[in-house]
Amino acid sequence: MSRKRLRLYLVLATLVVLGIATTLVLRALNEELVFFLSPTQIAEKQPDAGRQIRLGGLVEAGSVEKSGETVAFSVTDLSSNVRVTYRGLLPDLFREGQGVVVQGAFDGNGRFVASEVLAKHDETYMPPEVAKALKESGRWQETEGKGTAQPVVTQ
Amino acid sequence: MRRLLYLLPIAVVAILVALFWIGLDPERDKSMLPSALVGKPAPAVDLPALAEGAPRLTLDSFKGQLVAINFFASWCLPCRAEHPVLKELTTELGIPVIGIAWKDKPEASRAFLAELGDPYAATGTDESGRTGIDFGITGIPETFLVDANGIVTYRFAGPLSPEALSDVLVPAIREAKK
Amino acid sequence: MIPELGHYALVLALVLALAQATVPMVGAARGIRPWMQLARPAALAQFVFVAFAFIALMHAFAVSDFSVAIVTQHSHSDQPLIYRLSATWGNHEGSLLLWVLILTVFGALVALFGENLPPRLKARTLSIQAMISVGFLLFMLLTSNPFARLNPAPMQGNELNPLLQDPGLALHPPMLYLGYVGFSIVFSFAVAALIDGKVDAAWARWVRPWCLLSWTTLTGGIALGSWWAYNELGWGGWWFWDPVENASFMPWLIGTALLHSALVVEKRDALKSWTILLSILTFGFALLGTFLVRSGIITSVHAFADDPTRGVFILALLAIAIGVPLSLYALRAPALRGGGLFAPLSREGALVMNNLLLATMTATVLLGTLYPLLLELATGSTISVGGPFYMATFGVLALPLLIVMAIGPFLGWKRGDVRGALQRLTVAGISALGAAIIAVWIQGDGPIMAPLGMFVGVWLMVGTLVEFMERIRLFDGDAGRVWSRARHLPRAAYGMTLAHLGLAIAVIGMTGAGAWKSEEVKVLQPGQSLTLQGYEFKLERVGGVRGENYLAEQAHFTVSRGGSFVADLYPERRQYMVQPAPTTEAAIHTMPLADLYAVIGEPDGKGGWLVRIYHEPLVGWIWFGALVMVAGGLTSLSDRRYRVGAPVRAAATQAAKA
Repeated sequence: MSRKRLRLYLVLATLVVLGIATTLVLRALNEELVFFLSPTQIAEKQPDAGRQIRLGGLVEAGSVEKSGETVAFSVTDLSSNVRVTYRGLLPDLFREGQGVVVQGAFDGNGRFVASEVLAKHDETYMPPEVAKALKESGRWQETEGKGTAQPVVTQ
Repeated sequence: MRRLLYLLPIAVVAILVALFWIGLDPERDKSMLPSALVGKPAPAVDLPALAEGAPRLTLDSFKGQLVAINFFASWCLPCRAEHPVLKELTTELGIPVIGIAWKDKPEASRAFLAELGDPYAATGTDESGRTGIDFGITGIPETFLVDANGIVTYRFAGPLSPEALSDVLVPAIREAKK
Repeated sequence: MIPELGHYALVLALVLALAQATVPMVGAARGIRPWMQLARPAALAQFVFVAFAFIALMHAFAVSDFSVAIVTQHSHSDQPLIYRLSATWGNHEGSLLLWVLILTVFGALVALFGENLPPRLKARTLSIQAMISVGFLLFMLLTSNPFARLNPAPMQGNELNPLLQDPGLALHPPMLYLGYVGFSIVFSFAVAALIDGKVDAAWARWVRPWCLLSWTTLTGGIALGSWWAYNELGWGGWWFWDPVENASFMPWLIGTALLHSALVVEKRDALKSWTILLSILTFGFALLGTFLVRSGIITSVHAFADDPTRGVFILALLAIAIGVPLSLYALRAPALRGGGLFAPLSREGALVMNNLLLATMTATVLLGTLYPLLLELATGSTISVGGPFYMATFGVLALPLLIVMAIGPFLGWKRGDVRGALQRLTVAGISALGAAIIAVWIQGDGPIMAPLGMFVGVWLMVGTLVEFMERIRLFDGDAGRVWSRARHLPRAAYGMTLAHLGLAIAVIGMTGAGAWKSEEVKVLQPGQSLTLQGYEFKLERVGGVRGENYLAEQAHFTVSRGGSFVADLYPERRQYMVQPAPTTEAAIHTMPLADLYAVIGEPDGKGGWLVRIYHEPLVGWIWFGALVMVAGGLTSLSDRRYRVGAPVRAAATQAAKA
């Protein structure tokens, strides 16, 4: 085994592994990404039924209806609304008027069915995606000083 | 060739650091972003007036003086926050402020002004958001200074605070008056 | 007064670190011995001062000194003592101090136990370690002073986030940091070797114990974090591919690659420049993790301080700490020519595959973590990259890795007999196939990854066991001789067997828990019951209980299967004193093949309670596997060949031979 030969094998192995990895990544990027949309963007884009979406906004005050194990509520960015239904336990920090991120998809009848309502570790904490979407439309601003928010460092 | 391979790691790290640098806060001083409009004539404005029975809003009636154009909406919380500053702009500095209610229902805008007071010299309604697009606003509130010749001299994105007024807007006004 | 002393100690530590970062380095370059020797007392003193500061901060938390700002923000005098103490590192400033403390602990350990290192290498290593200290001490003193005071001091504090009041999380950050920061020593050794221009088997032997120690604690830290998420978050999940989790996982992946490539340097004098690169990158990923977590640049379900100044500071630290060594690497590494040649199909070849795959897997995790940021900067749209992406990339690449992992130990150095190895692995192949078939039979048309995962998990497990049995020749000779062979096997061999076995167990657990988890949600009146996977959960009653610093509604479930009693479960819904939001406390019953997991939600106002039940097959195997991996790391670490005296003896024998 000469040094040159060995190097050739190493280069070949590297190219094969990188090639496979690139293919996998490109395929996955096409299929597995979940877009984050605000209610306004959803109203504009009308996403296909079944496509996984993350929806972020505020839980509209007075919109939460519970019946048995299902709960329905509206997510709003103060200009559009999306009605969400969810079967399960809401996260501890779920509150009317607070920020929320919901993952799910539209069913065939135009209802947004959530598979996950994302819990946030912190009480005074606006999910960054939501804050961004709201800030972009100029609809929300951090009113309290940043210093009062309690950061949680979990690692 | 071999040497280049050894440079690869540092190159990748350099790209990542650059990426993080940009990403660290994309909104850092968004208000400082130069607007493409600055130095150009203000886009034409021809909007229905907010007040019932008032004439349509155009910039022609303000030709010959420095004015501020402020985009606002009743649903916009920061607009509520900057409201007192707008009053100050008119009363303390004597600059007429033109209000444009952006993507807002006229009744809601009227209620908003009735509640907080009306600082505007004239107000138009841009329900479709068309004029906002012409001005290239990135969000609301946003405020433009238009000089006596109808040229946009300054743009401020985001809510005006008293500090922004004294530190940024007042020098910009002085500049525009030259 | 004590907090000021703590602050002052940090300033003194900074001065010492500055001296340690410069004087020994110059001394090593000019050959001035006393200057080089300064590194030892400086490293020890630096540790003493930082330790003092840390104890001062812990004291402030222990006595609830609310004049210290972070005590007010993160503690409450009614909190149990253990959580008052763990609150010390449950926040940005305190955890940074812990980070620096561990950094200086490692520096002090090298100073104390590195007696037989070549003086030049030791001086340079400690000097570089001190440079990292300088960076982090400056960061702390300039942007995140843990001892900042409040005036006037409030009467009471804000309480540690209830989710963090968990024994797992009290231990998780120190473990994780031991791992992260432990790699700083390997990094310092690598940079010192680059300056020296010499990397050889002795270097690899010095580095390996530090690498093993860091890897072991990092493994434990990650497992604890995932255990905490499973227990505390109440959604039965144990890994979310969240950026913060990925931040700790990437150094682990690259560190695992490093652990194996250092082996090749030690035994065969090959892969030198690659190993140096991995040493730099492993710590680089640890710094990247710190940056991602503390700058708020990437959206994460974990909340963190969102402060651009801090972000810029860590980014600058990262750029310098990684940029300078990598530039040095580009200059010096081409001169490090590898010694040992080997055939592609050999132990070295298998380890190269291990490295190649691990590095690529790390790259996919990095890409998945950063892609949202990239896309946002490029197009402005916000996306999230979740489990499915990682399964389709990382998961698929893990399969060949696990296959090769079982074969590698059968191959000889230089040239291996792959056909022979595969023959000896026949049993493993048959068992793996059997497991995959059972998996298909259990799940019907479930995810394809499940049978594949079971296949590689069982393949690795049986393969590792077969390899071990062959080593001690279990079926050759009487029990006494087998026992004696087993006793004389080096500890490092046991370490490898345990670590590989642990991973196999964990992979089986992840596959089962990932693919076959099931759940049920229902409103139950006391007396009613709910059935999941043949287990009947009967809600007996719900009543109030009182904890040390919370009130709770506690449900009582009796679980039975086919009429016979299985377990009592007591999930709670807790209301802590200060934090307004209630938190759920899951009740978990662990069985060998599955966990039962119950959570209680809100009352429906009509006497019923919303309950959620999960059946999590094999989930316990994940942490059991991690535990076995940690045991493997520790066993390997105790191998006398890696003890500190070893290099001297090795050098002496070599000298004797020559």
